[in-house]
Amino acid sequence: MAIWSQLSNDGKELTIRIQGRFDFSAHQDFREAYESVGEKLPRVFIIDMKETTYLDSSALGMLLLLRDYAGGDGADIRIVNCNMDVKKILIISNFGQLFNIS
Amino acid sequence: MHFADGAMDAQEHQDTSLRILVADDNTSDRMILRAIVRKQGYEVYTAQDGSEAVEAFKRYRPHIVLMDALMPNMDGFEAARQIKQMAGEELVPVIFLTSLKDTHSLVDCLEAGGDDFLSKPYNPTILQAKINAFNRMRRMHHVLQQQRDEISLHNKRLLHEQHVAKRVFDNVAHSGCLDASNIKHLLSPLAVFNGDVLLASRTPSGNMFVLLGDFTGHGLPAAIGAMPMAEIFYSMASKGYAMGDVLREINQRLKRILPTGFFCCAAMLDFNFNKKTVEVWNGGLPDGLIFHSESRLLTQLKSAHLPLGVVGNERFSDETERYTLRDDDRVYLYSDGILEAGNAEDQMFGEERLHEVFSRCINPERLFETIGEAVNEFAGQQGVKDDLTLVEIRMCDVAELVDLAEPFVSSRKYGPSDWSFTYTLYPNTLKTYNPLPLLLQVIMEVPALRRFSGQIYMLLSELFSNSLEHGLLRLNSQAKSDIVGFSEYYTERDRRLASLEDGRIVFHIDHRLNQDGGVLKIRIEDSGEGFNVDALHSSLAQKGYAGRGLALIHSLCESVRFIGMGNKVELVFKWRFEE
Repeated sequence: MAIWSQLSNDGKELTIRIQGRFDFSAHQDFREAYESVGEKLPRVFIIDMKETTYLDSSALGMLLLLRDYAGGDGADIRIVNCNMDVKKILIISNFGQLFNIS
Repeated sequence: MHFADGAMDAQEHQDTSLRILVADDNTSDRMILRAIVRKQGYEVYTAQDGSEAVEAFKRYRPHIVLMDALMPNMDGFEAARQIKQMAGEELVPVIFLTSLKDTHSLVDCLEAGGDDFLSKPYNPTILQAKINAFNRMRRMHHVLQQQRDEISLHNKRLLHEQHVAKRVFDNVAHSGCLDASNIKHLLSPLAVFNGDVLLASRTPSGNMFVLLGDFTGHGLPAAIGAMPMAEIFYSMASKGYAMGDVLREINQRLKRILPTGFFCCAAMLDFNFNKKTVEVWNGGLPDGLIFHSESRLLTQLKSAHLPLGVVGNERFSDETERYTLRDDDRVYLYSDGILEAGNAEDQMFGEERLHEVFSRCINPERLFETIGEAVNEFAGQQGVKDDLTLVEIRMCDVAELVDLAEPFVSSRKYGPSDWSFTYTLYPNTLKTYNPLPLLLQVIMEVPALRRFSGQIYMLLSELFSNSLEHGLLRLNSQAKSDIVGFSEYYTERDRRLASLEDGRIVFHIDHRLNQDGGVLKIRIEDSGEGFNVDALHSSLAQKGYAGRGLALIHSLCESVRFIGMGNKVELVFKWRFEE
């Protein structure tokens, strides 16, 4: 598991890439990925799951934590490039109601 | 680094408490070795042959043994074997002293349990280095052993604490009606610490609620959420609240007490054994399944909602799906432990294999067991982790479940005995509120009536839905005469209720005590147009999806009276004290 994050030049978009299994062991790194950005909150958070092989329920919890951090109901979080397995878990949990999933 | 080594050496030199046993049949060799070791500051014991060495070990418990390989009586190899056995888990290094030079003999020394060998003539520096090295190893071994024991002690304590906590949990959650004859379940005894919760309860109307929850995380955090969940479930189920009300209350409580990121994937079922229906709510649990015993087909019960405790009640949806069943149809819920059971090749059991079990099913009676066996067989030697949770509920005749009534209290003297009240409900209340639990609660204040709670709830519920659906919403119960119409009927009911603007339903309930027992009168009146009472009575003769309600009411009451245009009904329910 490895996590990278990149802030767009205008500071409005933060992309977080997760490689491998996204589970409890990613807890610390995932939080740092968005908390280390600085004082000004990015407007859009993009979670790139292109290389994410698996997602467990604690990862769902981490996504909820990010959502709270990013402003709760007003947060704009887009989960992109999910493979079938990952998408299935997000769909079962009906996270489409809280996140923009594609 | 260097400094540290030096400090360590100095410390080891001072380790004069180290006891060393020297065993050699050659007197001069033995004396030389004893002199060298003593000079290095250790306590020395000596033995002249193998059996003396074993005796000396018993008596003095030396820390390290220097032993000649070839000795009379008992050779060094045998002595080493016995000493190692006596030492047990403790590491007692045995260093063989040998003039043997060939590789084979040296290998023999190590195979007999020796840890090293030292060739004659002795070099004091090398001897010292070896003693130091083995002493270090011995101490490390000791520390490891201590830590291992400590861990095992901690683990034992943790398990003990879990058992105690589990007992507390059981007192809150008890087993409900999980042991009912139509339920089979698989649940690890400590499942609550894996985050799995399985609850089942009868409701006053004779329905059965089943809830399977899977909390995120393991251990204490998962278990903590289970307590209020179980408490709310049992207390609301027994008071007659609807499934949606129970789910809302649990959702709200979990949202409040669990930190963000912790939640509970759950599915809840409401079985009605009279109407042969099951209502399903699934929020985040893998697809539940209905196995239709006649057609052998499966219906998937998909997750349609967010898990419990994720969003507040303003965004929470308690919408349910309703399915019509036949007797012996079976409904299955499971947590993801079943799907994620892995085999040696790191594959998961998965949904497809589960569905295959159903399609290969020969004997539905054994389906539940077959699923468990299939998962175990798949996991093979890998073994199944103990977080498999699976429940099967079979639709059955209502008579099969009669003996599951709750215990009751009966006393002549205590509690209210003569009272009456009127409760009027207007459209906004009727749209969102179920008044039956409250009414039942008031009536149940009469202790002797508690044993009739199921019957009384049924009376209230039949009267209420009759007034609401036929009186106020003017639905035609004939529409319910087939299965399609049955579900259309409920869709239409919801539509009309949502647009209800005026009208009212009035309950008037009255209770009096007499010599032998008491009389409960329930009168309900709605503002609708009423109906042709005679036509209704004749339709009672037909058996279908409609009209069962009234037949039931008649069978339970002393008298049933339709008053006026049929928009007013009065029931008299008489009860007697128990002998």
